[in-house]
Amino acid sequence: MIIMKKIITILLLCITSHHTFAQNQIEMATALRSSGKIYVVVLVLLTIFVVLGIFLFMLDKRIKKLEK
Amino acid sequence: MRQSWWKILGLVMVAASIVVGFLGPVPALFLLHETIRNVYFHVPMWSAMFALYLISVIYSIRYLNKGRVNDDLMAVEAVNTGIVFCIIGLLTGMQWANITWGDFWPNDPKTNGSAIATLMYLAYLVLRNALEEEQKRAKISAIYNIFAFPIMIVLMYIMPKMTDSLHPGSGGNGTFGDLDMDNQMRPVFYAATIGWILIGVWICTLRYRVRLLENKRNLID
Repeated sequence: MIIMKKIITILLLCITSHHTFAQNQIEMATALRSSGKIYVVVLVLLTIFVVLGIFLFMLDKRIKKLEK
Repeated sequence: MRQSWWKILGLVMVAASIVVGFLGPVPALFLLHETIRNVYFHVPMWSAMFALYLISVIYSIRYLNKGRVNDDLMAVEAVNTGIVFCIIGLLTGMQWANITWGDFWPNDPKTNGSAIATLMYLAYLVLRNALEEEQKRAKISAIYNIFAFPIMIVLMYIMPKMTDSLHPGSGGNGTFGDLDMDNQMRPVFYAATIGWILIGVWICTLRYRVRLLENKRNLID
């Protein structure tokens, strides 16, 4: 019985893992979803950085105005 | 320095280091794994800090030579901005150390040295606030700054190399070049370093210009 149970669980695991594998295949791979979605993190960091850069430029402009 | 090309260059260089830093190839190493990419973000903080402290000491020497108030103001603002980068460097280093070395503060000589150096520069700012008379304040703090700079170099860059340290290039540890055998990381690292130095200098000049405006207003009042 114990052996049977083990075999069943292994079979179940195989089926479920196969199921997830199939899901992976179905998923459409747009650029942002590939490579474990690391591109999303890159995009987020880049956005933060670009906004900070723009903010610095605006500060620069305001100081320039004050200097005149 | 009022032109904007070098500011844009700094921004572009750091932006490029963010993109290539995450997506580019890195050597697969024991313990480090993907955290080796932190080299692009943690180390440039210290480079920016070093550049700003260097600017500060140059302006302090200039102040002692020529006695112009503006040079003294530049020296303060460079330290003010440098300390911000130093704090970011300490925090990011702690986060990285916790995962790879197993402790937020592993009592590494380089870590301890940088903490002491930070306290030294905080003391510089405290010293300035303690002195009322303007000329005296500028002169004494300039001399203090000139002494603090070489001590900072010894604490952060020389002492750790003479003893065992967890940081690369110390004791039995290989240098960064040994980790990155095929020089995949080098261009990205240099771009990040130069980019962050330029951004640091930019923030410093912004603070300096605000300080000049404040100074002018105080003189009129």
